[in-house]
Formats: sequence, structure tokens, C-alpha cells
Amino acid sequence: MSSETISHGHAAEASVHSHDSHEAHGHDHHHEESFLSKYVFSTDHKMIGKQFLITGIIWAIIGGLFSVLFRLQLGYPEMSFPVLEDLFGKWAAGGRISNEFYYALVTMHGTILVFFVLTAGLSGTFANILIPLQIGARDMASGFMNMLSYWFFFLASVVMFASLFIQTGPASGGWTIYPPLSALGQASEGSKLGMDFWLISMALFIVSSLLGGLNYISTILNLRTKGMSMTRMPLTMWAIFFTAVLGVLSFPVLLSGAVLLLFDRNLGTSFYLSEIVVKGEILPNEGGSAILFQHLFWFLGHPEVYIILLPAMGMVSEILSVNSRKPIFGYLAMVGSLFAICILAFLVWAHHMFVTGLNPFLGAFFVLLTLLIAVPSAIKVFNWLTTLWRGNIRFTPGMLFSIGFVSLFISGGLTGIFLGNSTLDIHLHDTYFVVAHFHIVMGVASFFGMFAGVYHWFPKMYGRYLNNTMAYIHFWVTLVGSYLIFWPMHYSGLAGMPRRYTDWSNWQSFNQFQDMNRFISTVAMIVFAAQLLFVFNFFYSIFKGRKVTSTNPWGANTLEWTTPINPGHGNWPGDIPEVHRWAYDYGKDGREFIPQTEPIGADESKH
Amino acid sequence: MSEVISEQKRKIHPHKFTLWVAIGSILMMFAGLTSAYIVKRSQASWLMIEIPMMFWYSTATILASSVTVQLALKALKKREMINYRRLLLVTAVLGVLFIALQVAGFSQFAAQDIRLIGAGSNASYSFLLAISGLHGVHVLGGVVALVVIAIRALNSSTRSYSSVPLEIAATYWHFVDALWIYLFIFFTWMK
Repeated sequence: MSSETISHGHAAEASVHSHDSHEAHGHDHHHEESFLSKYVFSTDHKMIGKQFLITGIIWAIIGGLFSVLFRLQLGYPEMSFPVLEDLFGKWAAGGRISNEFYYALVTMHGTILVFFVLTAGLSGTFANILIPLQIGARDMASGFMNMLSYWFFFLASVVMFASLFIQTGPASGGWTIYPPLSALGQASEGSKLGMDFWLISMALFIVSSLLGGLNYISTILNLRTKGMSMTRMPLTMWAIFFTAVLGVLSFPVLLSGAVLLLFDRNLGTSFYLSEIVVKGEILPNEGGSAILFQHLFWFLGHPEVYIILLPAMGMVSEILSVNSRKPIFGYLAMVGSLFAICILAFLVWAHHMFVTGLNPFLGAFFVLLTLLIAVPSAIKVFNWLTTLWRGNIRFTPGMLFSIGFVSLFISGGLTGIFLGNSTLDIHLHDTYFVVAHFHIVMGVASFFGMFAGVYHWFPKMYGRYLNNTMAYIHFWVTLVGSYLIFWPMHYSGLAGMPRRYTDWSNWQSFNQFQDMNRFISTVAMIVFAAQLLFVFNFFYSIFKGRKVTSTNPWGANTLEWTTPINPGHGNWPGDIPEVHRWAYDYGKDGREFIPQTEPIGADESKH
Repeated sequence: MSEVISEQKRKIHPHKFTLWVAIGSILMMFAGLTSAYIVKRSQASWLMIEIPMMFWYSTATILASSVTVQLALKALKKREMINYRRLLLVTAVLGVLFIALQVAGFSQFAAQDIRLIGAGSNASYSFLLAISGLHGVHVLGGVVALVVIAIRALNSSTRSYSSVPLEIAATYWHFVDALWIYLFIFFTWMK
């Protein structure tokens, strides 16, 4: 036995995980792959990223369509749409969406977009595609775990999708699934089998997220190429790193909460249930606490917001800098503010619970910590704006969406200051003001980050460009449409219009908003159509898009643009390049950009 | 050889690192559960838990299994393959025994007419079941890992002398052991 194998198991281990690519992965790596191993059970991070992206797109269409359906009901409460009855049968009897089905649609819309699209579809996609390419690695720390991460997501998707078709319908207690409603099958149709499917699907989803997150952290910390110190990494990597840390620390807590809920549902325990009467029946449960679930849920739920938002922030920072032809302003401040957001994310969960009877004294601390998030957020906005300031801006579609992100983040962030105050929250809680706030700052803003990423890195993924005309139409309709949809909701929210109602027509106080509701619904349909245009553009361009002819089409500094136009498994045909500088040497010493791989010149100025 | 090892020590194997992050993640799960327990304990209608005697035996078992897995690792590094396989299997068996003893402990409650689940159950005992049950699932995961490693060790076609998989499994094993000790002390203290 040679001493190498004794202390260093790599050679022997390679026989087992042949795709574990932290080994020196052979040079031109072109062994024949079958369709299955290339496109389905792939361990190549780029293919897994594309799998996440396309699954996410399919989910986004479903989740988006659900919102169009319930907007139809909200905007036109007096009209009936016979086509709905054809499609949904008893759930839309007479062409009107039933109350139960409305709840199911809202719940599924939230669940799908928060978890399946903006968590898996966003960070799953870009963490997989970008991490090895931007830090200079052949693949993830464990390609096998990475593959498992996608397939657990796929299984979760199958279970969640199946729940749409069961007789009693999918879960319908809201995406936050508060007990006791979600714990008691007799309380609502959606709390029967649909809720079990929801919990099983989410458990699988959490496993997927954890497998992915462990891999991202481990890869970023261990597999950086020579010279790639942590402070030379592009901000996308920092953002994805913090996202993964948040996920790894918060998802297990949600799992704990979900396990206890499964116990309550199926084994008759009383973790969350106490002294309940349902439909005249007195339940035997006593001594449980429904608030306990809310604590466990929001301990994940709040970091989840940043799990969605941070990757978008990272990509936007990168794209703004590349397309302003200027270094990112305040690189270390950007990293520091990401870190600050990451810490604060764990300390503010109770601001979702101000009206649950939380001790006002305790509430004061949560108000303070919540408002503190404004500080790192403001640092980020300031740095984005100063990066743009006097830049030589190229308005590529990716750049437009990045600027759109900054705009939405500012608008949505400001209303967060309103909601973070426990006194104002007494009035605003559960109104459309909240709906408007989180849709703009978390939903649409993250979508903009995601679109920016897709437009910017599409050439790297498929070796082709997306069509620019369609991209510009997509951008303007989406940006204008998002503001038209969500801005008016602030007004109805301030007036006290509550969420989770199918119909306000008999509610005198809110009759005045009927025209506005119709307007919002109409715009929502137009915006949804624009998203379908993007989907068409995406799939059309994979096959027919304009071909990329140079390896570095955007003139960017980062390592992914040093790979061939269509990189194989292993990314670089030869040695992995060495890194000599940070990722943001744009417009320096009279040169437009200096890639990270270029050694520092003798008389180069400091950045 | 000492040079190779010192070079190795500077950089942790990525899979080992991944395990440490995973341990952090699992810790968060149990931190969530035990803090829920503490919150619940301060509320009305909490029953004092009596830890069954059987749990003392299961604790001794899992402690012993930590020793055997460490000995297995030592045997592998010394290339005492027969000893290594034997110790590996003993560890896995002790793991299964631990779970069996836990189950026996819970069946003692049934004899005392204490309900863990269903009508008339109290959240205090349900917590004990849910938390120890989840811990048991993690032990089972470790048993599966050990069995896979043992099968690989017995399979002559892929002869591997790498100690990395076992080192990872052993670290995990010590972790579930320590986790149980924590839970055991926690339950004894915070009845």
C-alpha cells in the first residue's frame, strides 16, 4: 500500500464516485454519455442548474396562472366564466370560483412561488450553474449529492402537483399553514389529504434544499481555484454562500415544526391543539399551543425571505458592475451588508406575529431589530446607485432587469419600514398593504433578479442569446405592470381592505375599490401574457437563438467567461485558470476591463 | 508518509467539511425542537416526565458503539481488515440495539398507562417521543452508512483502503451519540 492511498483516499474513492470532480478531472473530457446520464441523471452542475431552471419555469407558469384565475374572481365578482366550470368542475360551479377553491388557489400560488420557483428555481439554478464556473472548480464538492438535490426537488414537485388533483383538493390554509386549521381534517376540505401531500412535499423539498445548500457551502469554501481568495470572489458567490448558510440553518427548524404538525394530524397528539370545537364536535386535545407553530414556522419563514432575495442581490451587483463598465462601489461594504442581513434575518421572526398577543415589551425589541435591517439594505441601494453613477451604461436586457430590481427593492423596502412598526401593524396587519409590500420587495424584485440572471448568463448556458426585442417588451410590460398591480393595493390596504376574501361586493366600506380591483386584474392578465412571451423566447432561443461567437460576449472579468462557449463536464479543457485579482477591474488604467486571470502588471495602480 | 499527512491536514476533505455543515444543520433542527419543548413546558397542563430505566441502558449502548467505531477506524488504519470488519458490524448491531432499547423504553410507558399519542396524550410525553424518534431516525441513517461501508469492505472487487468514508461515518456516529447525551441530560433536567 502506498502512503498516498493510506492518508489520502482520493484514488481509491474515485472508483466509487467517478464524477466527484474535485479530483484532477481529466483534460478534454469527452467520454460518450447516454441520453439518460447526460440530460436526466446528470451529475454535471451545469445540467443540474438547467434542470432546476426549467422545472422552476414550469412551476412559475402554474403558480402565475393560479393568480390570474383568482384575480379574475376578485376583479369581476359578478361575472361568471363557464370555461372555469369546464376546467374545474365543482370547484367553479356556475363559472364562479368557490370560496374553498379560492383558498386552494391562493395557498398553492404562495407555496409554488415562494418555494418551488423563487427558492429552488432561483438559487437552485444559479448556485449550480455559477458556483463552479465563478470560483474555478471542475464541479461541485459532491456531484452525486447535487443530483440527489434535484431529484428530491423533482419528487417534491410530483407530490405537490399530484395534490392538485385529489378529490378534496390541495392544501388551502394559506402558504403559512397555521394550525389548528391545517391540523384538523374536519375543519376544511383542504385540510384533509391535500394537507398531508403538502407536508410530505415540503419535507422532500427541505431535504433537497439541505443537500443543495451543504454542497454550495462546501464547494465555495473548499474548491476555489488558486489565487481565488474569499475577497476576490464575485458578489454573486458571496450572496449564494450566505443564502446557503441561511437555508441550512433555518430549513431544519421548519422541518421540526412540520414533523410536529404531522404528529398532530395523524397521531392525535396535542402540540398545537387545545380546547377546540369543530362543527359542534368537542375535540379531546388539550394543552397545545398554536402560537408555538408560528414561532417555528417564522423562524424559517423570515430567513426564507432572504433566501429568495440574496441570490437576486448578488446577481444584480455583478450585472450592474459589468454593464456600467465600472467596479462595484464598496465591495467590502456589499459583503458586510450581506452578512448583516444574514444575522438579522434570524432575529426578527416575531415581527410576523405582532398581533398574536405577543408581549408588547418583547415586540419593541423585534421592532428595533426589524428596522435595523434598513441599514444594510440602504448600504446596498447606495452602492448600486453609486455603481451606476457616471457609468458607461449598456442597456442590455439583463442590465434593465437589474436596474428594475433596484427600483422595486427601494419601493418595496420603504413599505417594510411601515410594517416593521408594531403599532402600525395593528392596523395594517392582514390587509392588502402587506400583500403589496411582500409582492414588490420579495416576489417581483426577486423575479427581476432571476430574469436579469437568465438574460445575462443565457449565452453561457446554451451558447446562444435570447431575442432582444422580445426581452425589451418583456421588461417594460413587467416593470410597468408590476407597479400598476401592486401600487394601488397600498391604498386599499391603508383603507383596511383585508386579504383572503373572495368577494367584497356586499361590504360597503370597500365597494369604492371595485374599479381598482378590476384594473389590477386586467393588468395582471397582461403581465402574465408578457411572461409567456419570455417563456417562448427562452425555449425558442435554446434552439434558434443568435449564436454566441466569442467566449466573453459581455466583456466581463469573471472566470465563467474563460471557459469555451459550450463548456463540457469539467468546465475548462486544460488546467483551471489561476486568479490574480478581484472581479471588478473595469475601466482601470485606461483599459475597459481586466479579467481575473490576468496577472497584476508592474506599474498597475491600486483599485 | 508524515509529509503527506501534514499536507492533508492543512486542507480538510470537502466531504468531511460537508458533514460538519450538515451537523450544524441537524443541530438547528434539535435546537428548534428543544426550545419548543422549553416554551411548552412553561405553559399549563404540563406533565413531569419520568425517564424510563431502559434509557440508561440505551445510553450505555450508544456510548459503547462510539468506542467500537473508533476502534474500527484504528483497525482500518493499521490494515487489520478482519478486525475492522468485525468492529464495523458490532457498531452497526449496537446501533440497532440502541433503537430497540429506546422502543422498549417507550413500551414501558404503555404499561404505566401513559399515552404518548392519540386521545388523552399529553404534549410532554409526545415531545419525548417525537424528539427521541427523530434522533432514532438519525441513528438509523448512521447504521445504513455503516452497513454500506461494511458491504464495500466485504466486496472483493472494489478493494478500498481509503479511511475517508469511515472517518466521515465515525464523526457522524459520535455526533448522534453526543446528541443523545445532550437530549438525555436535557430530558432529565427539564422534566
